[in-house]
Amino acid sequence: MAKPKVAFYWCASCGGCEETIVDLAEDILKVVEAVDIVLWPVALDFKLKDVKAWKPGEVAVAFINGAVRLSEQEEWVKLLREKCSLVVAFGSCAHLGGIPGLANATTRDEIIANKYLRAPTVNNPEGTVPQEKSKVNGFELELPNFWKDVKALDEVIDVDYYLPGCPPPFETVATAVNAILENKLPPKGSVIAPEKALCETCPRNESKPDDLTITSFKRLATSTPDPEKCFLADGFLCMGPATRGGCGERCINGNMPCRGCFGPTPDVLDAGLKMLSAVASRGAADTEQASQDFADSLVDPLGTLYRFSLPVSMLRRRLVPTGDNQ
Amino acid sequence: MANEQFEPRIVGFLCRWCSYTGADLAGTSRMQYPANLAAIRVMCSGRVDPTFVVKALKDGADGVLIAGCHPGDCHYSEGNYKAMRRYPMLLNLLDQFGIECGRVRLEWISASEGERFAEVVTEFTEQLKALGPLNWQESISALCTGT
Amino acid sequence: MSKRITINPITRLEGHGKIEIFLDDAGDVERAFLQIPELRGFETFCLGRPAEEMARITPRICGVCPTAHHIASTKCLDDLWHVDPPPTAKKLRELVYSAFMCEDHFLHFYFLGGPDFVVGPTAPATERNILGVIAKVGLDIAGQVIAMRRKCRELIETMAGKVIHPVFGLPGGVSKGITEEQRLEFLKTAETAVEFAQFSLNLFNDVVLKNDDYVKLILDDAYAHRTNYMGLVDENNKVNFYDGHVRVVGPDGDEFARFAPRDYTDHFAEHVEPWSYVTFPYLKSKGWKGFVDGPDSGVVRAAPLARCNVADGMATPLAQAAYEKMYETLGGKPAHATLAFHWARLVEALYAAERMKELLEDPEITGTDIRTEPTRTPDEGIGIVEAPRGTLVHHYFTDDNGVLTKVNLIVATNFNAAPIAMSVEKAAKGMIKGGKVNDGLLNMVEMAFRAYDPCHACATHSLPGQMPLVARVYDSTGKTIKELRR
Ligand code: SF4
Ligand code: SF4
Ligand code: SF4
Ligand code: FES
Repeated sequence: MAKPKVAFYWCASCGGCEETIVDLAEDILKVVEAVDIVLWPVALDFKLKDVKAWKPGEVAVAFINGAVRLSEQEEWVKLLREKCSLVVAFGSCAHLGGIPGLANATTRDEIIANKYLRAPTVNNPEGTVPQEKSKVNGFELELPNFWKDVKALDEVIDVDYYLPGCPPPFETVATAVNAILENKLPPKGSVIAPEKALCETCPRNESKPDDLTITSFKRLATSTPDPEKCFLADGFLCMGPATRGGCGERCINGNMPCRGCFGPTPDVLDAGLKMLSAVASRGAADTEQASQDFADSLVDPLGTLYRFSLPVSMLRRRLVPTGDNQ
Repeated sequence: MANEQFEPRIVGFLCRWCSYTGADLAGTSRMQYPANLAAIRVMCSGRVDPTFVVKALKDGADGVLIAGCHPGDCHYSEGNYKAMRRYPMLLNLLDQFGIECGRVRLEWISASEGERFAEVVTEFTEQLKALGPLNWQESISALCTGT
Repeated sequence: MSKRITINPITRLEGHGKIEIFLDDAGDVERAFLQIPELRGFETFCLGRPAEEMARITPRICGVCPTAHHIASTKCLDDLWHVDPPPTAKKLRELVYSAFMCEDHFLHFYFLGGPDFVVGPTAPATERNILGVIAKVGLDIAGQVIAMRRKCRELIETMAGKVIHPVFGLPGGVSKGITEEQRLEFLKTAETAVEFAQFSLNLFNDVVLKNDDYVKLILDDAYAHRTNYMGLVDENNKVNFYDGHVRVVGPDGDEFARFAPRDYTDHFAEHVEPWSYVTFPYLKSKGWKGFVDGPDSGVVRAAPLARCNVADGMATPLAQAAYEKMYETLGGKPAHATLAFHWARLVEALYAAERMKELLEDPEITGTDIRTEPTRTPDEGIGIVEAPRGTLVHHYFTDDNGVLTKVNLIVATNFNAAPIAMSVEKAAKGMIKGGKVNDGLLNMVEMAFRAYDPCHACATHSLPGQMPLVARVYDSTGKTIKELRR
């Protein structure tokens, strides 16, 4: 029997997801026995033209990590969609936009100006900024253009499954790969991770009182979390109540609160708003002023509540006066 | 930009026990106030999930009014306190999304305060006229790459 | 019109590095460019975030060296809040950091850069990878590399929460300490690491140094650059990864500058080119003179050999002996041979392993005083560490509430961007003549590139398969007249 063909591809990625595959693939011989890797840009030499030559559906599954920010990436993922029976969004960036998705809170112009014109060490009296096309002593050079915003994979192509996490722990990767190999697949659109919130499996759950109230949020900058106590009960914002479990409580084990890389629990329209609603209702404030103070104690709600999911949030990005982002 | 012709669209989430009745009273007493508000009756201001507010803004509202019973008078005792706590946090968040805090308003209006309801709507409409249209859908698509 | 060869070593259209080589009419290399077509904007989208979150956000700059960003950021936060962590906290951070350096250096030596030497630079492409290494050194050793990496990575995960994107660093300390039980277990890891590093140096000795052709290659002028060097040193001017002063030496090896991280802006500036998204840092007082080496150039190299060049030695005994031996063979200090970066990397791996062991034998490591909570108003902070690939700078400005208002990041590959471009060009000029291009030659160009281990190329060789490489020669109308692949 022919081995199933598997493709890996990466878009705007930090390489951490690739590292997980490398960690997984330290048992590489087992993987190679079971599947036939037909595309893996970091490790194997296949080109766009090879992919174009595949028959639609010929490749069983494509694992794609990283957010989408360039038209070339769009071209690749659309082609992979056409040729692969299944597409799996691998990791928070592909699933939700991820940390690079925070760029949707700013603009391309700002990014360029801060990097090449305003940085404290930049010496650039002529105001040179990188150009898509440039000529140096007659040699023509090209750079890719960036989209105005960062997108999650399913904003660009249809996605069958999601593997959450930044990066996904390799146990969940193994589960997914096995499910695919054994053809024991959950319904299309599933996130391959538990349905329950992280809190339910969190070792600190017992110290979280049912009638939890929060007076004010503490900053990790100036306070130290108790090594045993539920972070919320201790006054630190923890995304556990609104985040899917299954990561192995990795940050909690490092004595740090969850930032939500596994994304929201099922049926949540907007992860950040759900969390906002959940914690705000727990506030101890009972006057308008106290409510305001309580709200202000949560510095940077956008960057905290949407640390990994800004591009897929209901509001998607910061509104800026038109003309600012061309 | 403020526009003389611009008539803001306001979605009002009104608690059925007090504010909605207050609005009714304003109507039946033929008080004068702008017709910009589309009222949605909710069980309690505490039931207004921030998601509703954001959805309204996203779907074309220029402003959102949340109105509930005065503190202490909530039919479910605590509901309006929940609303009170969520409200400033939601405004802080919307501000980071580039949506002015003047577009969302929380007011306590009892069943007998028809006049107050009319005042709130009048004032809020003026405020939104000054802020101009939100046009979230159009503005955002100009800032995103089409696919 | 010139012919053009494109080497896209990571087989990515958008890539993280692309080499463009232009030939003149005679088919000789006229100019080579290394382009970095990558920009993500961390400096901008971090603005408005609470600064303490930077230690959790910036590791996403690179999933291959997230620990370096985590620790640089954490140190920057100490400085920002004007707080000095308790000794135990510093040691815990350095322990995690040493485990990371050790693991990463082994990865590079065996999986990435090593195949060029262990298997041979002109060996068939199908063998010049980890499988070729395994065939040469035996499956057993490959197993040991994997086991070694896994142990180091377990240590990091236990202490720092996650190995890819650690979380334990806080301004003034860390979130978590270790128990006596863990100490004993980690000590075993450290001891194995010391042995394994020694074994690796012996392997290097047997396979590379005993082969005259390889030694000649290392010392070949095509791979040499007489540049300035930079790196962190401790109070005795010994190599340090976690802390210390930045020392810069000129191409002659004389100290050019030695300064505290706080003063880096007095010494460095960045140059911008329209054809790359990467900026090119240089020594401010020498100025930007272009992509050139020599005593007047402001170009400065970072990473393993640079660190060894700026230091007076290594702080641990076994590493010191290896250090001395290396310079003996290379003909003294500073060594300019780019390929000797691989050797220096192993010397450093041995130091990192010995340092892990030292730290774990220190009774203070299990202390419970792991944090000094900041009390002062934050304003501006600078944190510098030595990442595996070179000096890494994090620089933050905040308002009184510790919310970021300005961020500057200079990563190791930044410092090396100009030198890598120069090395690639020089190697290309030395190896491609009269339009004659073949697979082995192209690999040598790439070897120059790989010696620096630029981020993101890291995972490239780690699995069976080949380093993807395409060379295309176009005629003046843009038609491909020759295509080379491996
Ligand atoms: S999900 Fe995390 S680990 Fe994966 S590419 Fe994105 S930032 Fe890197
Ligand atoms: S809020 Fe955080 S610490 Fe508390 S139980 Fe949930 S996940 Fe655990
Ligand atoms: S604790 Fe939260 S942020 Fe950390 S790995 Fe788990 S889901 Fe991700
Ligand atoms: S019932 Fe009116 S606010 Fe709760």
